[in-house]
Amino acid sequence: MTPLLSARGLTKLYPGGRGCREVSLELDAGEVLAVVGESGSGKSTLLSLLATELAADAGRIDYRLRDGTVRDLLVLGEAERRLLLRTDWGFIRQDATQGLRMAVSAGGNVGERLMAVGARHYGNIREAARDWLERVEIAPARMDDSPRGFSGGMRQRLQIARNLVTQPRLVLMDEPTSGLDVSVQARLLDLIRGLVAELGLAVVIVTHDLAVARLLSHRILVMKDGRVIESGLTDQVLDDPAAPYTQLLVSSVLAA
Amino acid sequence: MYVAVKGGEAAIANAHRLLAHVRRGDPAVPELGLEQIAEQLALAVDRVMTEGSLYDRELAALALKQARGDLVEAVFLLRACRTTLPRFGHSAPLDTGRMAVRRRISATYKDLPGGQVLGPTFDYTHRLLDFTLAAGLPPPPPAEAPAEPDAPMPRVTDLLADESLIEPSPPEQPGAPVGDLTREPVSYPTGRDTRLQALARGDEGFVLALGYSTQRGYGRTHPFVGEIRAGAVMLEFVPEELGFPVPLGRIALTECQMVTQFKGSGERPPQFTRGYGLAFGGCERKAMAMALVDRSLRARELGEEATAPAQDEEFVLAHCDSLQATGFVEHLKLPHHVDFQAELELVRRLRAEHAARQAATPPMLQEAAE
Amino acid sequence: MTAMSTRGFARLASGAAGTNFGYLDEQTKRMIRRAILKAVAIPGYQVPFASREMPMPYGWGTGGVQVTAAVLGPADVLKVIDQGSDDTTNAVSIRQFFARTSGIATTTSTAAASVIQTRHRIPEHRLKEGQVLVYQVPIPEPLRFLEPRETETRRMHALSEYGLMHVKLYEDIARHGHIATTYAYPVQVAGRYVMDPSPTPKFDNPKMDDCPALQLFGAGRERRIYAVPPYTRVRSLEFEDHPFTVQRFDRPCALCGAADTYLDEVVTDDRGGRIFVCSDTDHCEERRAAGHRGEAA
Repeated sequence: MTPLLSARGLTKLYPGGRGCREVSLELDAGEVLAVVGESGSGKSTLLSLLATELAADAGRIDYRLRDGTVRDLLVLGEAERRLLLRTDWGFIRQDATQGLRMAVSAGGNVGERLMAVGARHYGNIREAARDWLERVEIAPARMDDSPRGFSGGMRQRLQIARNLVTQPRLVLMDEPTSGLDVSVQARLLDLIRGLVAELGLAVVIVTHDLAVARLLSHRILVMKDGRVIESGLTDQVLDDPAAPYTQLLVSSVLAA
Repeated sequence: MYVAVKGGEAAIANAHRLLAHVRRGDPAVPELGLEQIAEQLALAVDRVMTEGSLYDRELAALALKQARGDLVEAVFLLRACRTTLPRFGHSAPLDTGRMAVRRRISATYKDLPGGQVLGPTFDYTHRLLDFTLAAGLPPPPPAEAPAEPDAPMPRVTDLLADESLIEPSPPEQPGAPVGDLTREPVSYPTGRDTRLQALARGDEGFVLALGYSTQRGYGRTHPFVGEIRAGAVMLEFVPEELGFPVPLGRIALTECQMVTQFKGSGERPPQFTRGYGLAFGGCERKAMAMALVDRSLRARELGEEATAPAQDEEFVLAHCDSLQATGFVEHLKLPHHVDFQAELELVRRLRAEHAARQAATPPMLQEAAE
Repeated sequence: MTAMSTRGFARLASGAAGTNFGYLDEQTKRMIRRAILKAVAIPGYQVPFASREMPMPYGWGTGGVQVTAAVLGPADVLKVIDQGSDDTTNAVSIRQFFARTSGIATTTSTAAASVIQTRHRIPEHRLKEGQVLVYQVPIPEPLRFLEPRETETRRMHALSEYGLMHVKLYEDIARHGHIATTYAYPVQVAGRYVMDPSPTPKFDNPKMDDCPALQLFGAGRERRIYAVPPYTRVRSLEFEDHPFTVQRFDRPCALCGAADTYLDEVVTDDRGGRIFVCSDTDHCEERRAAGHRGEAA
């Protein structure tokens, strides 16, 4: 079976040499891939490239559509690409204020994608929003509140509901738990793990936190200076790292 | 019985007569002549010409007089006049290297071929009110230097370009269309030609504030004044039927070339970059601010991260024009009672609904909700 | 006499008569007409045009004036209204401008006009075939306050990404129980482009639908022209279970007794006294001439 997502030779360099060089990866349906590395390693650039928010200097990104055909996202027409991004894909951002419309109520945030694909029945949109808020453990009574009044953990859960309402097959996550209290982190990770399993989501998650990678991912990519230096099954890589840099990363976590 | 208001026509006519009267002021004070304005308020005239996009000292002086000294209003008058003028084409590129220089300074070199020429400048004056001027005393005659008509005065950027230390000037493209936002609608992203035109026409205060913001860290470019030169340049036009340039006359200009930092990218070696400013007459502050903003607006072209207002082409171009800004701000004076009526009706309804909800909630719950 | 003032007098002698019919030169009018034709061909689409600097301020009707100038012919009869009235200062000023620069006939009668330039209202009298209604538009982009960037909004139009408009309506209903947009209420034209009807009260939206007259919209400062050709479908945005509704006044016009018109509220004293009268002054006068009377007449 062809993979759901396949990137080849993705490159994007900034003045000064930072960025992402010749990165290739594959992802099957229902599979969770973690991308780890220090800040500046190019992992966030990689995620922006996959999301087609950044234009690559070189490379291609093949995606298998629901009808089975495989298309290179970098040459896909803009209309098709944007429709794909807001229906079949999700993007959970580290900074929830970038991923949510802060001036719009929680219900409106969840309903937006439905309205974007043509839903025009207020009552039905509201019903779907209520259902999704419950699934991410946000009380329906908060539905008409602005996310400005939400805690960090709630905002992330709202982002998840907002993205999953159209039942995407692929979700990109950029450090979704960083900056949250440990107990809030644990609850969020638990929720993500449950939803991923229940919905069979494929996920690319960027994190600097190896514990998050171990908990959520099946496979892992280790990045340094814009390149992938090691990849493999998560448990294997973390338990028996081959690259000296990965060994350092793992040992620094143990030491901490 | 109620009678609806009428008589806008008479009110407008009377308001304009009163305006004409007030403009003239005390008839015992001699009327200002256009030549007085053009000669003695020369920098106001220069600014009105620059932002009005029309090089005509007489018309600019008239606009200033008619506008009672309001610069934006004077620019408005000049622009409205410009609209009615036919556009024959565009001039040949100006060669400011052949400028008859009246002022020329560089902050990047202590001395250079042609020398530093201060010219008539406010710089280094102590800003003390001059009461001899109030008394109308004539100034002492200017100092004179022996004329050196053929002394070369190369542009500083050309000196740097000889060593490839600065990016080359964009190559001349004969026959390529020249952007003109007064004839073609702007679509974003736009070219540098159109951006420069917009900045030259832009409100001096706005462009100045944006340039200033880049110095304070909102899109920093590490600028140096490579050179400011002011003087007269020959304007040439190539009529299609002749095919060679015909001189139209000389115009007074101030040009500023900022030399700014650039780290280099994958393909390009580190090199200084340029920011360019040009204004009619002696609008030096404008030319400098324009050069700063021009450079900031090149962020994307140079692969720099664009986050500051002065790096945002759409923001800068959409808001730099004083006429667009003043028109839209001042249009709030026009009657809006139809829309206001619609909002009144809504607010009354929302208040009534709110009151009804409050009344329907038992007092116990009201307290709990607070 | 000096050279400078001689030149000034020469200009003076050529005077106002020196400007072309309708102020704009023919080349500019052709450019505007090309934009209008394109706008008519793609109903609701905002066509960029090279708006000229007019002798009146941006935001005061420069777009409408340019469109009117481009469509006016010597045989036309022009009506200009602002807030529904022919007598408001800006309407008077624009009417005078065209009377002076084109010498054409002007009128206050909706039925007698061939071209009507308006700000903020659509006349109550049903327009007829052959008439042109020219709207003055301050902000042509219905998505502007949801997304400030031109580059982005143009893309949203191109891809029909109008979900965000409905998010705004959704928020209204969630907060107030009904849609709280009262003017400049967005419409969808011919099933495709979402369009700003200019800041007319939503009361006027239904008049745009299937209208026999040609509707042209000019935004001078923002440099856009758009159009609704005659007999085109114009739908106000709504939800299936929250349909579009218009304002209703709970009393008739105090002057002519009309119960189906848009009313201005006039404060008559400082003790809370107020009466409601037709905003469309021509319509009100016609009704009174026909013998209709309200309570204050």
